[in-house]
Amino acid sequence: MIRTEELLLNVGPQHPSTHGVFRIVVKLDGEVITEATPVMGYLHRGTEKIAENLNFTQIIPYTDRMDYVSAMTNNYVLVHAVETMMGLEIPLRAEFMRLIVMEMQRVASHLVWWGTYLLDIGAMSPFLYAFRDREIIIDLFNELCGARLTYNYMRVGGVKWDAPPGWMDKVRDFIPYMEKKLQEYDKLVSGNEIFLARIKGIGQYDAATAIDYGLSGANLRCTGVDWDLRKAEPYSLYDRFEFDVPLGTRGDCYDRYRIRLEEIKQSLRILKQAVEQFPQGGETMGKVPRAIRPPAGEVYVRIESPRGEIGCHIVSKGKAEPYRLKFRRPSFVNLQLLPKLLVGETMTNLITILGGVDIVVGEVDC
Amino acid sequence: MSEEQEKKDKPEEAPAVDPEREAKLKAAAEARAARQAAKEKAEAEAAEAASPEPKPPSPKQPQPDRLVALVRQAAGDDAIMESYLNELNGDMPTLVIHNKHWRSIASMLKEHDELRFNYLRNVSGVDYETHMEVVYHMISLESKQEAAIKVRTERDAASVYSATPVWATANWNEREIYDLLGIDFPGHPDLRRIMMPDDWVGHPLRKDYEPLDSEV
Amino acid sequence: MEFSLESISLDERKELERNVFMGTLEQLKAWARSNSLWPLTFGLACCAIEMMGTGASHYDLDRFGVMFRTSPRQSDVMIVAGTVTKKMGPLLRRLYDQMPEPKWVIAMGSCATAGGPYVKSYAVIKGVDQIVPVDVYIPGCPPNPAALIYGINRLQEKIRYEAKTGKRVTGR
Repeated sequence: MIRTEELLLNVGPQHPSTHGVFRIVVKLDGEVITEATPVMGYLHRGTEKIAENLNFTQIIPYTDRMDYVSAMTNNYVLVHAVETMMGLEIPLRAEFMRLIVMEMQRVASHLVWWGTYLLDIGAMSPFLYAFRDREIIIDLFNELCGARLTYNYMRVGGVKWDAPPGWMDKVRDFIPYMEKKLQEYDKLVSGNEIFLARIKGIGQYDAATAIDYGLSGANLRCTGVDWDLRKAEPYSLYDRFEFDVPLGTRGDCYDRYRIRLEEIKQSLRILKQAVEQFPQGGETMGKVPRAIRPPAGEVYVRIESPRGEIGCHIVSKGKAEPYRLKFRRPSFVNLQLLPKLLVGETMTNLITILGGVDIVVGEVDC
Repeated sequence: MSEEQEKKDKPEEAPAVDPEREAKLKAAAEARAARQAAKEKAEAEAAEAASPEPKPPSPKQPQPDRLVALVRQAAGDDAIMESYLNELNGDMPTLVIHNKHWRSIASMLKEHDELRFNYLRNVSGVDYETHMEVVYHMISLESKQEAAIKVRTERDAASVYSATPVWATANWNEREIYDLLGIDFPGHPDLRRIMMPDDWVGHPLRKDYEPLDSEV
Repeated sequence: MEFSLESISLDERKELERNVFMGTLEQLKAWARSNSLWPLTFGLACCAIEMMGTGASHYDLDRFGVMFRTSPRQSDVMIVAGTVTKKMGPLLRRLYDQMPEPKWVIAMGSCATAGGPYVKSYAVIKGVDQIVPVDVYIPGCPPNPAALIYGINRLQEKIRYEAKTGKRVTGR
């Protein structure tokens, strides 16, 4: 009889596959995980406290830095919350600009996920392909608002910059390019047997668990729950466009992978329609009072970010600064299921499952 | 009450002939009218916030009425401190309840056949300086019915029953609130600090928190 | 083999000057080190995405001999890419101590340089130079990949300069 003993293994916070400074302490029996304890807060920067001393326009750059892979949707959730409170009208052109950049951001964000997920699993080149194509979107954003990652693009009442001449044509050209590349990627990776063996049937959970844990985004839809806020509670102009919500059936890593790839395709579909319907003239900034002072009260708005439901809860006392600002960060909530999922899995699957959740640590810790 | 009394007295006093007295009366009446107007305005505002029927009756109105009735049925008539439709937020039904009833209400909200709030969207803690509130935003994925429940608690020794046994979503959210606002959650399976280091002193999101850094 | 420098022709002399370099061993080591800087993948926050972008196909850091390593024990330079919180500070120091000498630190972005937008936060260390000695600061929030490449070039220059002159550019 071989004497065995429990092994306590620390993964992170400096680990190439934890997507930032996330840490898990796992108890191992041989190679099988018996207990997993996530430890976070290594990137807790106190955004919510800082925001209490800033006015709403000044908070927008902080939302960029929260989920830094998808800054545009974060911009939107804050300005949308303030606009809901103040009952502001947004010009059509501005709303179109917002929608277009948000969908491009979704494509870029899913590309980062796709590249890094495959890198975690052991495929090097998809990372290079994904970043090559993401660079095109980043260049377009750079042209639009002068930043590559933290755009600070949206304002309460509209957007800061109008599209420069020829910009919309570049977006139009990008769509068929990306569609073609997407097919290529699908052919390159999705049928790979090693890859399938590593993700099929791994990290499986059912719809009831997903709802109980409040999962959102692809993590919820992989179980077959049809809950995409763009369809379920349409905001912005999403009710004008035709698109499908990809759903999974088994609720495993493979379904999540398929859903995210399909979401890129659907985003491109929305983009195509949005570029066609883009209004010729119009303002990019609505009528906004000089000092942005939402009325006293509170509001909770939520939108669909690439990672799931991102919400913004503002408690206002009628001042220019929020009394309390709380973000519901999808990565943070989605991660809660992780300790439960990991029990009984092997160490290699830890990376597969964690990568499949698609977290951004800036958002987990806020 | 006294103002109403004064108002009643006014028509009887009016026929008096003394001009000085009349001027005085006029000034008093004006002041009264102003007070009355202010009071009416305040009342109207309060009514708007609290009344179940805002000016154009909200299409969502039957929902909160039913919600209030069910909560009263489950936890007694005194369970609800306030209930209103949050107009800023698309008429979100909002209940303010006291902590002592929260545990029974939470499980009722999830399990009652008419409500079935199975998806907890957000939990946030607010420090109002006089008291603390934990706000639970929930939705039923089947009926798309929404509600916001605000659980009120004292500021010193703040404590709210944990909703984690009902919705697993609340787990880390409540840990975060415990960490940053110092609200205790009895019944929580694993209440530890989550964002700050374990040896951190104080709760940063409290309004009276003083950071130790000299350079800030 | 007979070899006299006096009797060589002008062409041969030029040929020799092109191919034989004189220098100290220190300079040779600095030349080798500066052209194979292996940074630790130490992505903390937003800057990490730009660092990844710099390492990926478009900017391709590999052409400067910069290959990302995932273990501190294999790396020469730590690129602190992002906000360092008070919870992360001790770990950052530990990782720095685990790196073998000689080692360098690049503070990428304004958070690592001085706290950046989070300078008023209760949880953030205002500048990574409070924990580890920094050689190169790169401004920006986040810095453009080109700025990161420039920062790495400056570090290479510094390594060679120090070896050549024997002076330290920054006091430690």
